[in-house]
Amino acid sequence: MNQSAAIVEIRNLDYAINGRPIFAGLDLDIARGRITAIMGPSGTGKTTLLRLITGQVTADSGSILVAGQDMRTVRRNELYVLRRRMGMLFQNGALLTDLSVFENVAFPLREHTDLPERLIRQLVLTKLQAVGLRGAAELMPAELSGGMSRRVALARAIVMDPEILIYDEPFAGLDPISLGVILRLIRRLNDALGITSIVVSHDVQEISTVADVVYLLSGGKVAAKGTPQELQSYPSEIVRQFIGGLADGPVPFHFPAPDYFGELLARDEGP
Amino acid sequence: MKLARELWDSLFESLVGLGSVTRFLLRLIAASPRALLRLDLVAQQVYNCGALSLVIIMLSGLFVGMVLGLQGFQLLQRFGSEEALGTAATIGLVKELGPVVTALLFAGRAGTALASELGLMRATDQISAMEMMAVDPIRRVVVPRFLGGVIAMPLLAAIFSVIGIYGAQLVGVQIMGVDSGSFWSQMRAAVGLSDIYEGIVKSCIFGITCSLIAVYEGYYAMPTAEGVGRATTRTVVTSAVVILFLDYLITAAFL
Repeated sequence: MNQSAAIVEIRNLDYAINGRPIFAGLDLDIARGRITAIMGPSGTGKTTLLRLITGQVTADSGSILVAGQDMRTVRRNELYVLRRRMGMLFQNGALLTDLSVFENVAFPLREHTDLPERLIRQLVLTKLQAVGLRGAAELMPAELSGGMSRRVALARAIVMDPEILIYDEPFAGLDPISLGVILRLIRRLNDALGITSIVVSHDVQEISTVADVVYLLSGGKVAAKGTPQELQSYPSEIVRQFIGGLADGPVPFHFPAPDYFGELLARDEGP
Repeated sequence: MKLARELWDSLFESLVGLGSVTRFLLRLIAASPRALLRLDLVAQQVYNCGALSLVIIMLSGLFVGMVLGLQGFQLLQRFGSEEALGTAATIGLVKELGPVVTALLFAGRAGTALASELGLMRATDQISAMEMMAVDPIRRVVVPRFLGGVIAMPLLAAIFSVIGIYGAQLVGVQIMGVDSGSFWSQMRAAVGLSDIYEGIVKSCIFGITCSLIAVYEGYYAMPTAEGVGRATTRTVVTSAVVILFLDYLITAAFL
């Protein structure tokens, strides 16, 4: 296998939810061993893209190749084999609430391997040490803060040593300290373990400090691609609006609505 | 015309629902043998559904038995056959009240817990997280809970009936003064294996029904606060109606 090639290749992807097109002719590559950020305004389908890449939903047309497997034709057991090579960090951590921190991290090992208890313990403690939460091993998920939950989930995501690590909005709702910790972890895990990282986010500043490549999605297509620095001076209005955080622009401030005055002056016919 | 249209729509919808519940049941059954290999998971759920429902089941059994003793005594006294109280109470409990009341309580206590737990797991992405870890949530989460309920329900119904008989004896013999010897000996002479068999069949079927409805509603709940609430309500309502309907069918089948 060509090690430098893209690990995820998306070509001419179409996907619609309830007849509303989310992607139309999307082309996107994710390079092996790099941190790729996928950004875009809310509702552009960033999370949907992750679900497509991980095979949780199937595209209408086009192709998605993940590590050489076509996600449109993959069979269920092949998908499960492929998923063992992926780790995913959900927005709220998605820890199993009836298991302790230790058991949460041990969960994939217990489900997929027959390792002796001593080895499982070592692996789990190593991963918890990597995210700085070895001391919290015996706590229950309900006793953790938002940032801690996400770090435990990160330890769980890397416990099977995945090739691809996917982060869904890893910075949402974190205080500056937890945010700094997560940013550092993303970089460190990527470099130390040689993982390919995909980060979905709309936090421009945070992403700029950690991503190698940024894709900006808008209107179902890639609106811009480049390093964070290149995007700062990208000659496109939508990119300027997004990076600059402007309230109005190609992405309108107003949700589509009938004429304002017309609606205000209309007789009382209910909303 | 509009009414007929709506009736047809709701009939169609319930048929679709019934079909998807049946498919779900087949999936659960197909996954059951492998889930049974992980006895610790199933045992945990038998504890959750069964042991944690014990107090409510035993208390209800006692009171239902006591009422049965009182009412039965009043009625039988009119015909001068108070001694038949043991038989009447036992038949009533073992064949009807035991399985039915236990199933209704089970739906309220364990069914709602199952449905809301699964619904919340979906709402907080725990189900998706498992799928992403290449763990089949049906096999890891749903089947153990389903089997736990299926195993616990007949045991609870049996405990309910035994405590109920004791409650009837408490009122009939200890308070109303029915002769203890005839209470027990008449019961032993008149209650046959077929009566007990009917009770067992009912409680097994009710156990499958209640557990299936609970895990189905929970697993397919809308991943919102409202969706989980609705799933919990539907679990109780659907279970109650289906149990009473099935009770009639099984009773008729045993005649």
